[in-house]
Amino acid sequence: MVDASLLTNPVYFLQNLVDGLARGAVYAVFALGFTLIFGVLDIVNLAHAATYMWCAFAGWVVMAVLNMPLVVGLLAAMLFGGLIAVILEFIAFRPLRQEGAERLAPMISSIGVSIIMVSLAEAQFSSQTKKFPSEVLDPKPLYLGGTDGVRVSWAQLLIVVVSIVLMVALGYLIRRTRTGKAIRAVAYSQRAARLLGINVNRVVVVTFFIGGVLAGAAGILVGLLTNNINPNIGADIELRGLAVVILGGLGNIEGAVVGGLCLGLVETFSIAYFDRGSDYKDAIAFLILFLILLIRPNGLFGRQEANRA
Amino acid sequence: MLEVKNLSVNYGSIEAVRDISFQVPEGKIVALIGANGAGKTTTLSSISGLLRAARGTVIFQGKEITRWPTDQIVRAGLAQVAEGRAILSPLTVAENLELGAFIRHDRAAIRQDLEKIYTEFPRLAERRSQLAGSLSGGEQQMLAIGRALMAQPKMLLMDEPSMGLAPIIINQVFEIIKRINLGGTTVLLVEQNANKALKISDYAYVMEHGEITFHGPGEVVRNSAHVVEAFLGKG
Repeated sequence: MVDASLLTNPVYFLQNLVDGLARGAVYAVFALGFTLIFGVLDIVNLAHAATYMWCAFAGWVVMAVLNMPLVVGLLAAMLFGGLIAVILEFIAFRPLRQEGAERLAPMISSIGVSIIMVSLAEAQFSSQTKKFPSEVLDPKPLYLGGTDGVRVSWAQLLIVVVSIVLMVALGYLIRRTRTGKAIRAVAYSQRAARLLGINVNRVVVVTFFIGGVLAGAAGILVGLLTNNINPNIGADIELRGLAVVILGGLGNIEGAVVGGLCLGLVETFSIAYFDRGSDYKDAIAFLILFLILLIRPNGLFGRQEANRA
Repeated sequence: MLEVKNLSVNYGSIEAVRDISFQVPEGKIVALIGANGAGKTTTLSSISGLLRAARGTVIFQGKEITRWPTDQIVRAGLAQVAEGRAILSPLTVAENLELGAFIRHDRAAIRQDLEKIYTEFPRLAERRSQLAGSLSGGEQQMLAIGRALMAQPKMLLMDEPSMGLAPIIINQVFEIIKRINLGGTTVLLVEQNANKALKISDYAYVMEHGEITFHGPGEVVRNSAHVVEAFLGKG
């Protein structure tokens, strides 16, 4: 355990709560794209993290090289993500689906694409870390309750706001719109969807686009938070994203949000309240994940097929 | 309205449907009856574009639709109520019905049709915000039929609408099919429950082992010694 005085310090607790929620919010956004594609197609898209990494670079190019404002950088990163994901569907997934390839084939194909994308990024940007200029986001944080209070960086504030907007928008899209209902129909049964006159391939493209937008948002947000963009940042979030998706229940949207927030909080609190917590944070987080899955093998929200996408 | 000519369909490595031909004239109910495994569902799947025909042609309203994708066939006015009802269990009753109208864009008319379905099937109205998977078998069949009607089809393909239902519900389902037909929708009815199907059909084809072995007006087929022996039992 860390210094005993910290354990009873409410500001320290709140500070970690804020840090944990911000971290968890990006995990959630990343995992949402993952789980959406899985829910609709039963595909584990392991190029999701490479898409995320490329979008962080895209946002960096727009803001740091082209000197465009933050909003433009965010939107560009998200659009770029959607575009990459759609291209992946056409080159890495659809051909396999049409040939009736076996279940694991799309995953293998996405690993291949992911390796190519990381290599391309290394060739393009070198493995040296890229940073945002301070004009993009004011590096001075906000203080809640005076300078002794809780510190919130502008990046954290941005993350929370953008994540909430994206989650609400996704929830609305999936629950309320015609497109969302078509996505859910395809997720449940492609055959039944076809018989309703739904063009399944078109729905799949839309799903990949949305998934890519979410990867893009997560990429640029983490880039801004850590101010550290390099071709290997995908590896950091990939396993976490997968863990969040499994924790929440495969293909489950609410589950991805709750799972993401949980993982962010557990990681942050492990660092804050355990000696050498930063060395063990992954071990602690995954131990908890393992224990939860022992109790709920289908994840927190996993109700078999009942609540998929 | 629908014409199937020399259709053969393979299901895996077996030729499940061999060189069959039949017609469904506009405004009629035509039954396709036969035992389990005779190739009836394969025939329907092929008409709907879910399975590729190996040989032969399917013509709907003068257009050859043999190689069309399913969604295009549905948009042309040929809807199917699939076997096992194929309702979307994790969606609500209302969402299922709304998706029935997926191919339409006339919002006001869709609203009106939705109200019509709710009047026709009061159980669905009561349960409109429940998950479709929580409905009883009979209610799910009503939902499947109601949903197909939301597409305003010119013709309805019905695959085993009586399957797994209690006798009293089966009678209701056949009454509904009759009513839908009187409303101007042509029906191709695939059934194992030959007796009930033949009672409401204008014409019928009998399928055995992937081939059509007998056909004639519903009443004639019902009284033919061959069919009585094969499907209807002594009663």
